[in-house]
Amino acid sequence: MTVVSKATPLIQGIDVDSRARGRPVAPVAERAIQVEKLSLYYGQKQALHEISLDIPAKKVTAFIGPSGCGKSTLLRCFNRMNDLIEGCRIEGALRMDGRNIFDADVDPAQLRRRVGMVFQKANPFPKSIYENVAYGLRLAGVNRKRLLDDTVEWALKGAALWDEVKDRLEDSALGLSGGQQQRLVIARAIAIQPKVILLDEPCSALDPIATLKIEELINELKEEYTIVIVTHNMQQAARVSDYTAFMYLGDLIEYGNTDQVFTRPAKRQTEDYITGRYG
Amino acid sequence: MSEPPVAPTRDDLSARDLRDVRTFVRSGTPWVWVTAAAIAASVIIVLSLLFLIAARGMPYFWPADVLVAEYREPGREPVPVMAEVVETESATTARLKSAGLKVDEGRLYYDRHLLKVGNRDLYGADFRVLLADWLVERRYPETVVVLERMEWGNFYGELEALLRDGMVVNVGPGAYDAWQQRQAVAGRLHNEIRDIEKGESGAINYGLERLRLKRRGLELSEKTTATDPEAFEELTARQKELDARYAELQGRLGKLYEELRRDSVRMRAVDGQTIEIPLAAIVRGFQPNAMNVFEKLGHYAEKVYEFVADDPREANTEGGIFPAIFGTVLMVMLMSAIVTPFGVIAAVYLREYAHQGLVTRIIRIAVNNLAGVPSIVFGMFGLGFFVYLVGGSLDRLLFSEALPAPTFGTPGILWASLTLALLTLPVVIVATEEGLARIPRSLREASLALGATKAETLWRVVLPMASPAMMTGLILAVARAAGEVAPLMLVGVVKLAPSLPLDMNVPFLHLERKFMHLGFHIYDVGFQSPNVEAARPLVYATTLLLVSVIVLLNLAAIRIRNRLRERYKALDS
Repeated sequence: MTVVSKATPLIQGIDVDSRARGRPVAPVAERAIQVEKLSLYYGQKQALHEISLDIPAKKVTAFIGPSGCGKSTLLRCFNRMNDLIEGCRIEGALRMDGRNIFDADVDPAQLRRRVGMVFQKANPFPKSIYENVAYGLRLAGVNRKRLLDDTVEWALKGAALWDEVKDRLEDSALGLSGGQQQRLVIARAIAIQPKVILLDEPCSALDPIATLKIEELINELKEEYTIVIVTHNMQQAARVSDYTAFMYLGDLIEYGNTDQVFTRPAKRQTEDYITGRYG
Repeated sequence: MSEPPVAPTRDDLSARDLRDVRTFVRSGTPWVWVTAAAIAASVIIVLSLLFLIAARGMPYFWPADVLVAEYREPGREPVPVMAEVVETESATTARLKSAGLKVDEGRLYYDRHLLKVGNRDLYGADFRVLLADWLVERRYPETVVVLERMEWGNFYGELEALLRDGMVVNVGPGAYDAWQQRQAVAGRLHNEIRDIEKGESGAINYGLERLRLKRRGLELSEKTTATDPEAFEELTARQKELDARYAELQGRLGKLYEELRRDSVRMRAVDGQTIEIPLAAIVRGFQPNAMNVFEKLGHYAEKVYEFVADDPREANTEGGIFPAIFGTVLMVMLMSAIVTPFGVIAAVYLREYAHQGLVTRIIRIAVNNLAGVPSIVFGMFGLGFFVYLVGGSLDRLLFSEALPAPTFGTPGILWASLTLALLTLPVVIVATEEGLARIPRSLREASLALGATKAETLWRVVLPMASPAMMTGLILAVARAAGEVAPLMLVGVVKLAPSLPLDMNVPFLHLERKFMHLGFHIYDVGFQSPNVEAARPLVYATTLLLVSVIVLLNLAAIRIRNRLRERYKALDS
């Protein structure tokens, strides 16, 4: 619970019925991403209802909520992964460095190089450990052996995996354990030095020790990166995040300082959820 | 909670009595038996087929003992017989009687031998069918000599004398050894002549033909000795050079032929006729009755090697089938090189880029139906489209100097490969599509999330991972293509090709040439041969070889696939 003491006074534990106020919420000193009235439809079905929130830079923001509440869908908007889904339509804006990433002239590939993503199930490529980490670099056209070697080492160290794999970089990544694979995937994401890292339930398939390692890693990574994590584990949200957003049925119910959301929730629904009355 | 309506379980845990039919069926035991029986049946069928082919084909190369006997048919003069017993079968007395033989009607069956008597130039036929009972005084004299000849099939008889320039140089017991030495020399001379004719002489002829075409090309572009003297002079100079080399070669060949023709042997057939055979016309001679098992094994190996490595002789009923093996393998490789990229690209578009709707469904159905079109239809399409239309246009555009003789406008190995590529295209497309569909979405997302475009994801992740599936498609395609005959008869296969489609003359790979094929060879030897009895074992041997070639090609492809699978085994985890 290291996060609790770090509460930023800039953020008030205010209620954030975004539709009622119609403006971005949670004023932050440095905003990495601003979500403005974001609505998402799968065909006729609306999955997100005019979500507005700001993601603070170099902090950990957690999205919590019961299954199907749209937290993963919202996360996948941040790097436009929803583009791949047929019949998916988005309204509203998502600003990063002052640009709406949904603009027609935004290259999703370039966006995804800035916004890395780690998925629920570790998905290393069936290549060597080295080639997994070097994948994004090679895509960017980096082919100098020295530079590749150095970056792979740096990324693996950054993901706290270097000591475990430094002697077998050429072995297949599929030979690693689940927790190691997840950290490898994180190393792969940070190797191209994104600004934001999205974590989509990164620990749901891991045992408690591996989970602990990932959580420690998240704590270190937030020194450098803006982190958004989706989790259905409320203890985890409380442990690792600085800010927490509670979502329910496609609505953002409450967003604020993690400490506050967990100890003095402003909304009844939030309280019910975190005390386990539903979800 | 209320009581459930029925109690579905029995009270005791002991196994049920399987003698009751319903319980037996429900236990699943019959299902196991049925499935196992299906597999057993397939395995037995395949193994017995292979065994039959091997059992009929393999003994062909064995130097069997030669029987000498007297054939005493009642009411006729006894005749001496010298022959190999090829087959023995039973025939009913009634049938033999109706054939006009004076048989004892008290017996039901007679044994009858199929005998290879050879000496076609003397007797008119290689084979005779004689009743075993009337073949008496059977002997296996060691002095019997079998000659394998370039023409007229085998000769069975005894060696009388070795001649040089028509003069007897050796008779009696020492003649055989002296002849064997001369025969070895003759064999070397023969090989030397063949190498010159196929190698240097062939290259010169090829060069002369090219010069002729160049001259014709110049004439067609309306150039004459007056307008372009240099070009014509150069051609003439090169032609003179080639002519000179050709004359020199002819001189050498003439000497070799002269040397080769000096020796001959005088042979006596069993009925006393004598015949002089030049050593040049003999492939080899041996005394099977004097050979022990190891010598026979050596002979066997030599014959098998000849079969695999030599050119055919005598309307394909003798000699080897190397050109057919070569043609089959080369054609299959060309086909693979064409069909794999083509099929993979089509499958990628169909699965990855095309909008999945009614049109793609129709295309898929069409592709699957293409696999069911009779292969002869592909052959006709190949002939009409590739050979006449594409080939004919190519000739008019690029090879006009050779017209009216067609270059590509005639069946050839390129058109055969293309036709078979079309034939096997559906297999590759379907297999590749299934491979692409099996790549987990999570891996595509992983690549996209790292900033890869869709094309980069395809190249770097999806296609490598789908490569084992592509290989599976290729394996099926190869198996089908190597065994296909009917379409090939229309688009490039011939009974006897004068030269291989791959040789030492620039540009080495001659895609316009016709070629020989094992499958067609089987048909040709088995059904188009003037000498069916002689050719029958050859049909089995060729079949065995074709099956082996297909198995080898498949094993190679399977090996590659397994290595790819090992590398990209993420799918199974």
